[in-house]
Amino acid sequence: MHIIENGNAAAALGVKLCRASVIAAYPITPQTPLTEKLSEYVESGEMKAEYIPVESEHSALAVCIAASSAGARTFTATSANGLLYMHEQVQWASGARLPMVMCVVNRAVGAPWNVWNDQQDSISQRDTGWIQIYCADHQQIIDTVIKAYWLAEQVSIPVMVCYDGYILSHTFMPFDLPDQEQVDSFLPPFQPDYFLNPQDPANLNTVTLPDVRMDVRGELAHGYMEIRCLLQEDLRKALQTAAEAEKRFAGIFNRGADPYIEPYRCDDAEHVAVGLGSITYQMRVCVDQLRTEGIKIGVMGVRYYRPFPDEAIAAALKGKKGVIVVEKALSYGYEGALMSDLKSALYEHLAGTGSLPVVQNFIAGIGGREIRTDDLTQTLRAAAKGRVSKEPVWIGLRL
Amino acid sequence: MGTRNYRRKTSHSEHGAGDGGRTGSWRVERPVLDRNLCIPCKRNKEACFICWLFCPDVVISRTIPPTINLEYCKGCGICAEECPTKAITMVDEAKFAEEDKE
Repeated sequence: MHIIENGNAAAALGVKLCRASVIAAYPITPQTPLTEKLSEYVESGEMKAEYIPVESEHSALAVCIAASSAGARTFTATSANGLLYMHEQVQWASGARLPMVMCVVNRAVGAPWNVWNDQQDSISQRDTGWIQIYCADHQQIIDTVIKAYWLAEQVSIPVMVCYDGYILSHTFMPFDLPDQEQVDSFLPPFQPDYFLNPQDPANLNTVTLPDVRMDVRGELAHGYMEIRCLLQEDLRKALQTAAEAEKRFAGIFNRGADPYIEPYRCDDAEHVAVGLGSITYQMRVCVDQLRTEGIKIGVMGVRYYRPFPDEAIAAALKGKKGVIVVEKALSYGYEGALMSDLKSALYEHLAGTGSLPVVQNFIAGIGGREIRTDDLTQTLRAAAKGRVSKEPVWIGLRL
Repeated sequence: MGTRNYRRKTSHSEHGAGDGGRTGSWRVERPVLDRNLCIPCKRNKEACFICWLFCPDVVISRTIPPTINLEYCKGCGICAEECPTKAITMVDEAKFAEEDKE
């Protein structure tokens, strides 16, 4: 059934369809309508879940961690400073291998105070051991939430579903609302590998010494380093599971594509613009314009940021003359984080082949600064002609 | 993934002596039992066992005489504090180290 709703509602509907049983969240702009919607569903009885109002984001995720440890399918959502306040628990959730889903409605972080969109919040959580997926429209938001639960529960790793504040969260767009029956067949009830049970008490995530130890059963138990290494190994393997999720989903819902990247007019392109989230769809308009001018350019959205699909990205960019990375976040003191990751993937897979493209970095839309399509087109046109600068270039800056 | 597999991907411990690692090396003072004062030893009966009940690391056995697993005893001294007949005294580990040298 096609409906017209905003991005936050798309996420809330996805969570409802996934039958999350414990929701704990603290409202923060632009995530607020998402949690309001979920509390309405719970209040009206449409959704059989516990909605736990908390006093902070740190507590929101702490509640989800506890509920997930007890075997519940949990959900939380946040933005910007809320996510940063949650940071300690974000690391905890992945270290504890809890398969939960969190929506991050991307917003700039303070100071200075700002409630508008950029992606500094979720990018700053890159190294927390969560899977990070970026959405470009409302259909992707609802579909990704559903896929995220399946993926998280397969690999026992939490998933962040990221989408741009306002640009997606508060705009209305038609999308297909999946049937409950179809979602149920895609996503079976959560069957945790382990959950807290008073009949069989255990300590979870206890102090782990630097070395391995004998446990009470006389088996060698892993030390901290082994546990952390397994998280890394399983995150890398999760790329494969993500492809399975996509295939399963396409089999039931008849839609889906490349799980990791979303290329547009890239096949014969000499230059490819790369980004995360809604800006990649805006760049499609620029690409269409530049194609009429005879510039062979395409655009590629990166959907999975962690685990980073380095092979897929390098394969897609092999033989291109130039790559233009347009980002709404920055690793302050160097360049965009996606820029660095992408260059490292190209070096790993293409070094010595003689087909390393020139890579340029542009920073756009920080703190909600309007990204005018004309400016973006002009940027891509100039970048396709040759290297503009060694340093990241800020689009629409008035300094 | 299976329960056992999952347990191995996280830090997971069950109740029992030493599931937090070889904590015996943390000890500064060692509990030493005087069997002449210990109630179950004196009466040769299953009685008292307050040391066993209070030990937070479950390293004291419910036997006659009670034994203390020094691999895992952190030397917290709760047993000595709780013993109603003061049969357990905490002795500086340095003393044992000197004895070992001799």
